[in-house]
Order: sequence, then structure tokens, then C-alpha cells
Amino acid sequence: MGPRVTILDYGMGNIFSIERAMRKLGCETVLADSPEGIAGAERLILPGVGAFGKAMEELERRDCVRAILDYAASGKPLLGICLGMQLLMREGSEFGGGRGLGIVEGRVVALKGEDMDGRRLKVPHIGWNGVCENGKEASWKGTILDGVGWDSSFYFVHSFVCVPSDQGAVLAETSYGSERFPSVIQAGNIHGCQFHPEKSGPLGLAVCRNFAFNTPEKGCGDAIRKDAGQAA
Amino acid sequence: MPGNLRIIPKLEIKGPNLVKGVHLEGLRVLGKPWDFACRYYEEGADELIYMDVVASLYGRNSLADIVARTANDLFIPLTVGGGLRTLDDIRTLLRAGADKVAINTAAIKNPGFIREAARTFGSQCIVVSIEAKRTPGSGYEAYTDSGREPSGRDAVEWAVEAASLGAGEILLTSVDMDGTGLGYDVELIKRISAAVPVPVIASGGCGNPEHMCEAAKAGADALSAASVFHYRSFRREVDIGEFSAEGNIEFMLGNTGGHGFLRGRISPCGIGEFKERLCAAGMKTRMFPQPVSMAL
Repeated sequence: MGPRVTILDYGMGNIFSIERAMRKLGCETVLADSPEGIAGAERLILPGVGAFGKAMEELERRDCVRAILDYAASGKPLLGICLGMQLLMREGSEFGGGRGLGIVEGRVVALKGEDMDGRRLKVPHIGWNGVCENGKEASWKGTILDGVGWDSSFYFVHSFVCVPSDQGAVLAETSYGSERFPSVIQAGNIHGCQFHPEKSGPLGLAVCRNFAFNTPEKGCGDAIRKDAGQAA
Repeated sequence: MPGNLRIIPKLEIKGPNLVKGVHLEGLRVLGKPWDFACRYYEEGADELIYMDVVASLYGRNSLADIVARTANDLFIPLTVGGGLRTLDDIRTLLRAGADKVAINTAAIKNPGFIREAARTFGSQCIVVSIEAKRTPGSGYEAYTDSGREPSGRDAVEWAVEAASLGAGEILLTSVDMDGTGLGYDVELIKRISAAVPVPVIASGGCGNPEHMCEAAKAGADALSAASVFHYRSFRREVDIGEFSAEGNIEFMLGNTGGHGFLRGRISPCGIGEFKERLCAAGMKTRMFPQPVSMAL
């Protein structure tokens, strides 16, 4: 049996596909919906689709916010997927978003949905889109994108995007019309991807595998803000 | 350029079998859905659609098994539809592994169902399926029950209402063109794509890659096709005996070159060839196969 991966099950969307992907890779999967379940995790995935505000409510209702912050501060690997990535930010979207977990400094904003000529694009952004490096020097070696070719496509479904305060946390970017947004972030042991690796074919599975097998169990805790806990 | 055009094989399923009809009727057995789905995944399908084509007629739902098997092994988005009437029906399929569900009949009968479903499961997994037929005037009418029952609703108005109620995507099937291989109903795609703010998946009529180019230019965000993929994947080695109880198997017994009247109209073609043609026409599709520098 491969590594044990804990998936947070807090009533926000389909957790089964990420569970299936991890099992396909030989991982042991555990579903957690309590602080105890989070505390016992070795690798934690925060999935999620839907509304930011509702998701925070659901986490609070299960008393999970503090536990996630403690987990993040422990240096063990955490992966937020789609809405789960957005929840890592300090501030939610302007429309009823409210506070996020505050594990990564930054905010969540709505996709503009415009092409280069200002024409309207469909939002949500649904479909396959490429990921590109943020800056020439960046390398994906040793990250969850290890082995992924430049401009490889992954499957996106979202209306909002993250804007981390520290551009250094942006591992990969994706363009939708006139906008570029972070499609993968990493700050020490904290990982986030805006796309759905569990729905992105063999390459998506490679990302899942990188997270499950290749992230260090104790990452560098320095990237976590000392005051992360105050978000709760 | 927005995101990539999605190419989505649509598998119409009757009981355990993959079938295909013309104008959503006259279904012929082609084989097992799973074999076709695997092939499409390997060829680079961007998503899959499963439609239980008889569920709506008999008020039943028989898809969960094939959905579960697909979700366990094929890691691309899967939309499932056919006869979904209640939130529990949706929940069952999502739990089985569907990522999105397509609703037609139940939504037209009770548009509030769309809102309820979108609130419960999120808009991103609610696809409203519209089966449109040209009217004697210059309009389009939405049909239900696999293109059999006129709803009295104008298809464009219905699409707008469905989107406003929370549909995350519109699966737009032209009943007139379905299974003919004569091309998508480009006018229908133009009207609906221009009217709704959500992505439109064009369906019905694709016979060759040119047709997909036309539909994309008309505004489709995703392109669905069935016959043109199925007839290529169809293989004679299927065991006819296994299907003999299903009735309409004359396609399997006949020439693999395609059913007589379709010969010449449909140019069976793989997903990769479609993508190459779309790229050559200046459109963006997902690169596939992708460079994976590690073996999985």
C-alpha cells in the first residue's frame, strides 16, 4: 500500500473522484470530516467546488478551521484543489466571500472573462487549458508539477481565481482571454491547484502522484505565516 | 483565445449496450460502452457524455454500474444523463462517479428543478440538455423524451431561462441532424451560443472534422459527436451472440463500413485527427498525447 492520503469531506462537491485517483495510484485513502481526522493526517487534500462563503461555513460548522491551520503549520503536505486552493487565501471574493483560511497571503477575485479585445468570454472557465511557468528561472523539478511539460493542459472549472500577495508562491500560470491567473501555487508544504488533477487524464494523475509520493512529509514551515491562526 | 475547444464523444446507452440512432430513434446496437469509452480516453477525448436513451421513456435509471466503472479508470470529466427526475437520481449518479448530470425532460416540466439541483450540487455539475427541432417558421422548439415530445417551448428562450436558473452548461442537440452525418445545425448553435452566458456543447450531425470547425465558428464551446467516432471504433470481433437478445443488431451483422444509407456521409475518424484538423483551421484544442516525462 502506498502513502496514506486524507481527503477532507465537508459537504462541498465530489470527493469521490480524487479518492479514486489516489486509489488508482496505490494510495490508501481516508475521508475526514472532523478535527481529529485532520490532526491524524499525513497528507491532506482540501477539495471543493461551489461557493467560497458556504465552504468556510461548512468547515467552521465541523470545527475544522483550527485543525487545518494547525495541520498546515505542522509542515505536513497540504493540497487544495479548485475551491480548496482558493480557501487557502486570506480573503475571499468580494461577493459574500468573507475570510478564508489565511494560510497563504492573498485574495480571491472573480474571473473577468474578456478576450484581448474586451469581448465577453464564457464564465465559468470550463475546459482544458495550458499551464506555463511563472518567470524564466522557475523549475518544476521536485514540485507537484515535476515531469509536466510546459503548456500541458489540465481540466479547469471555475469562476474565481487566487491572487497571492507573494508572486514567489506562484508555480504556474494559465491564461484565459486577457487574464493570467495562478493555476498552481506552492508555499513550503502548502500546495494548491486551480485545475482538477483528478479529471485531467494521465498528466493529472502524475500531479496527484507527485503530491502523494514525492512531497516531503515535513516541509519548510517558514512559508506559513506565523499569524495564520488568526484567520479563524 | 479562450480555453481549448473540447471534443466530447457521446455514448448513447441502452441497458448494457452502446447504441446509436438517427434523429434519436431507430437505435442500433454497436457494442459495449466501456470498450468505446476506453478507446476514446486513450485517443484524447476531453470529456465523455453517457446518455441513457431509454430511461426517460420508462422512468428508470440503469447507468450507475457503467458510470462507476468509468470513474474508477478514466480520469476525465463524465457527464451522465437520461431520465433524471429527482435530486436523489442526481445524487446517485454523482456518487457513482459522474462529474456532471444532464437534465432535459424533468427540467422542462419543472424549471425550478434546475435551480434546486444547482443549489444542492453546484451549477458546475448541472448541464441542461436541450433537444431542439426546427419549426415550420424559422425557429426552434425544445423537445423532450429523446426528441419525441414537443414541449411548446422556444429553444432559445428555454436556453436563456435554463442558464438563468443555474445551468452550468447547455448540451444542445439538434434532433433534425442527429445521426445523419450531415453536419451540425449551425444556425441553432449561433442563436443559442449568442444568447446564453454559459458554455454550449454542440451535438447532433457531425460527420467529419469540417463539421466541427463550422460548429466552433458558430460559437460552440465544446463539440460532441457519436457516430463519427463509434463507426471507426466498431470492430467485428464483438460476439454477436451476446447481443442477440437486444433486438436491433442489424448494424453489427451488416458491413462494418457503415450502415447502408450512412455510407459516404460519415467519415469515421479518430479524435486525434479531429484535433489536428481543428488546429489546422486555427482553433485551439488540448495537445494529446502530452509529453509525460515520467511513466505512470
